[in-house]
Amino acid sequence: MPVADLLPELILLVGAAVIVILASFLPHRLHNVCAALAMAVLAGAGIAIMTRWGDPAQTTFSGTWALDVAARFAKGLILVSALVAVALSPRWMASDRRHGEYYAIVLFAVLGTFMLVSATDTMELIIGVLLSSVTGYALTAYHRQWSPSQEAAMKYFLIGALANALLALGVVLLFGLTGQTGYQALSDSLREAPDPWVVLPALVLLLIGLGFKLGAAPAHMWMPDVAQAAPAPVAALMTVITKVGAAIALARLTLLIPDAIPWRWLIAVMALVTMTWGNLAALWQTNLRRLLGWSAVSQSGYALMAIVVLGLATKALAALLVFLAGYAVANLAAFSAVTYLRGRTDLEDYRGLAHTRPWTAAVIIVALLSFLGLPPLVGFFGKLLLFETTIAGGFTWLAVAAVINTVLSLFYYLRVASRLVFSGAYRQAADLGWQAGTAMAVAGAAVLVLGLAVNGLIALASHGGLVTF
Amino acid sequence: MILTTTLAVPLIGALVLALWPGCPDTFARRWAMAVSVVPLVLLVVAWARFDTGGAMFQLVEEATWVPSLGMGFRLGLDGIALAIAAMSALIFTGAIAYPVDTRGAARQYYAWMLFLETASLGVFLALDLLLFYVFFDLTLVGMYFLIGRWGHGKPQYAALKFFLYTLLGSLFLLLAILGLYLSADPLTFDMRALIRQQPLAGAGAFAGVVMAAFLLGFAIKTPLMPFHTWLPRAHVDAPAPASAILAGVLLKMGTYGLIRIPYSMMRETFAAWALPLAVLAVVSILYGALVALGQKDMKRRIAYTSVNHMGYAVLGIAAAGAMLGGSEAARSMAMAGATVEMVAHGLITGALFLIAGSFWQRGETYELADYGGLSGQTPKLAGVTTLAAFASLGLPGLAGFVAEFHIFVGTFGVYPWLAAIALLGILITAALFLRMLQSLFFGQLPERWKTMPDLSAVELSVLSVLLLLVVIIGVYPAELLDVIATSTRAMVEGN
Repeated sequence: MPVADLLPELILLVGAAVIVILASFLPHRLHNVCAALAMAVLAGAGIAIMTRWGDPAQTTFSGTWALDVAARFAKGLILVSALVAVALSPRWMASDRRHGEYYAIVLFAVLGTFMLVSATDTMELIIGVLLSSVTGYALTAYHRQWSPSQEAAMKYFLIGALANALLALGVVLLFGLTGQTGYQALSDSLREAPDPWVVLPALVLLLIGLGFKLGAAPAHMWMPDVAQAAPAPVAALMTVITKVGAAIALARLTLLIPDAIPWRWLIAVMALVTMTWGNLAALWQTNLRRLLGWSAVSQSGYALMAIVVLGLATKALAALLVFLAGYAVANLAAFSAVTYLRGRTDLEDYRGLAHTRPWTAAVIIVALLSFLGLPPLVGFFGKLLLFETTIAGGFTWLAVAAVINTVLSLFYYLRVASRLVFSGAYRQAADLGWQAGTAMAVAGAAVLVLGLAVNGLIALASHGGLVTF
Repeated sequence: MILTTTLAVPLIGALVLALWPGCPDTFARRWAMAVSVVPLVLLVVAWARFDTGGAMFQLVEEATWVPSLGMGFRLGLDGIALAIAAMSALIFTGAIAYPVDTRGAARQYYAWMLFLETASLGVFLALDLLLFYVFFDLTLVGMYFLIGRWGHGKPQYAALKFFLYTLLGSLFLLLAILGLYLSADPLTFDMRALIRQQPLAGAGAFAGVVMAAFLLGFAIKTPLMPFHTWLPRAHVDAPAPASAILAGVLLKMGTYGLIRIPYSMMRETFAAWALPLAVLAVVSILYGALVALGQKDMKRRIAYTSVNHMGYAVLGIAAAGAMLGGSEAARSMAMAGATVEMVAHGLITGALFLIAGSFWQRGETYELADYGGLSGQTPKLAGVTTLAAFASLGLPGLAGFVAEFHIFVGTFGVYPWLAAIALLGILITAALFLRMLQSLFFGQLPERWKTMPDLSAVELSVLSVLLLLVVIIGVYPAELLDVIATSTRAMVEGN
């Protein structure tokens, strides 16, 4: 029965609907129930995925929905990220009149990224991008009265509208060339008649459209804005799940493109520009959340390295998945710490944090060092695999560029670390309570523990590949 | 389990300090001293158990870690690693015991010291390339926080420059390690397998690229001219015990890595690159000595002699790897000399930096011109400094002489001209140390130093132990050379 193939998605959908209804009936003080329900729904979807973990890779619903290891792994990652983000939210959102509905929108955002991950049809891909974008705008602007939040959402929306339109245009071009939307049929037609004059522009448009979701140049500008001004739990969520979803969608899409088109070089250039731009922009940031946002952009650039060598190096997909997992965990840890400190943004406000709140400071530093790729944190193994696969795939220059970028990034990571540790005079302020504290501790510990136990992660990620039909 | 315990004990010691916020300062200090003695004792036991007639790698311990990547938790020792690791453990004990102003954060200071000890010893004990890299990078973190938080002058700048520069080196090292790893069949990071396989033999240009990346990585760490510019700043601004560790232990990672990885695993390519490396070493020897001569700051002067001394070690390594066959006796000698140089430089320069720290504790300045005539005021300090300086300039009967003698004799058999040029370095070093002693201890005693206290009992005992070993190695080097010969036999003569 194919409906069972969509069980995780159905659980999310029904759960979100129930939360919307509940939120309109429950008194405001009881809206925490919605948070608990959302966590239960996310956990339920996770269990639904786990029960079918060992299934062979296949597509379902007439070849429009992929069920493979990459999809399951990415969905698991998205669910865990959403769980952490929801755990961070209740105290943050408590004073918001629409507290309950917030969780429904989070679940819809998760559903949108699920579609990105599993789509094997260009129309479906567009729907996934749109669902994930629309919820993203709403979540970013959730504090309606706060103008920075408004500004960020408006910028996000404007860039998003353009990028989504370009994505649709790319899809239309491919449809016009082949008359197909399904990946299987598209792949066959493109292999027969790869007209570079149509396929190349279409590819560029698709890259821009998915690059927007990924936070990769040239449509990456929303990432620092959202990281800076969205509600902090939303920033944690949006910088992770859209990136995971878009990376898998892009990886799957590249499998369609015939090798006559120089798509690897296109993505390699995109990776280079993205990582360099992100790192250069982060160098002198005085706002920690914005700095994390630019760092997230540079991390997108690294992630693209794995897509460049997809199919050339055997471990390319595993490298992508492990890197995304490492990024997700470290990013959640960093944003949890920011949320726990009530979302303060200015780096100067973090001066001397290590003296009064050593554990919070430790989580931030460990997360940053994991971004850097310091062994034995989980980020190291992600980068190690990226370097390995790019060298094995013959793109050594890209690995060298990534190395130079890594040194560049150390500069601003250390700017943060030195503020936290070397300066005195921290202004004590309230924190967000034990829920956020626990989420932060768990995410921070995971950065180290997943690094030490990385073998399991790699084993999970390297089982099987991406299906397109 | 002896090696695993060696690594685990300081780490556990550091965790105890990190997890106990109310720990009193005096306890932190005593605890760290007690903990740091354990690896030293264990390595002495390992030395006793080491069979000088046996296999190259001994006391091997293995556990799986990331089998999907061919990475394992593999530890083991050969003669070279044993000598350097034992010396490092001693330096750590001395540095931890040495009195220093911890600025009200003794707990954190000693926790970082112990963490750094685990990371540093791990580099020398690792038999897995990736594990080697893990420890190699972790030392940067420990040293960064030690310099940045407890340094003086512009400590944050110095720490940042140190971390940035050396991370660049270690990332190229990582790329090179991956290049080597990807050429191995089956894919593994096991050093013994890679040494056996010589995976890049006959690989042509690719082997050259990998070798260049290795040399860049290790040349930054060692450091060789022109990659040394991070060193003076880091040394001058670091607290004295951290300087001693930086010079005594961290610099050795460059030369040790050179022996362990490119020399052993890429014999053919290394032989082709040996001459340029030797030339670079000679340039470092002369440049380091000349620049040191021009320094007016005591600590900077000692720092630049490190460039000079590590140049000798690299010259020995290059000479030893210059060819695949022939001149075995000379090449073995050069390799043995390079290893003794590492041990001797660790002990001597470690002692010199600790002495510089004693000057700072008393006078808050490193300027040579600020001092003078101290030989009557502080006779113990003067005596110890003189001994250390003589050892550093290569006086016969002390460890530095044994090392340099072996290196020069060995190099004469391979690159006679380079050896002759490098000899000039010794001359300059002698001049610079004699002038330093002169301006510190002779001449007029300035009014402000009339009350300067002499070395305390703790300072004196730490320095005495280090320098006693320098004398022992100088007079009776056989024990050390026997252990090293176990490795040179396998590495140079191939049996």
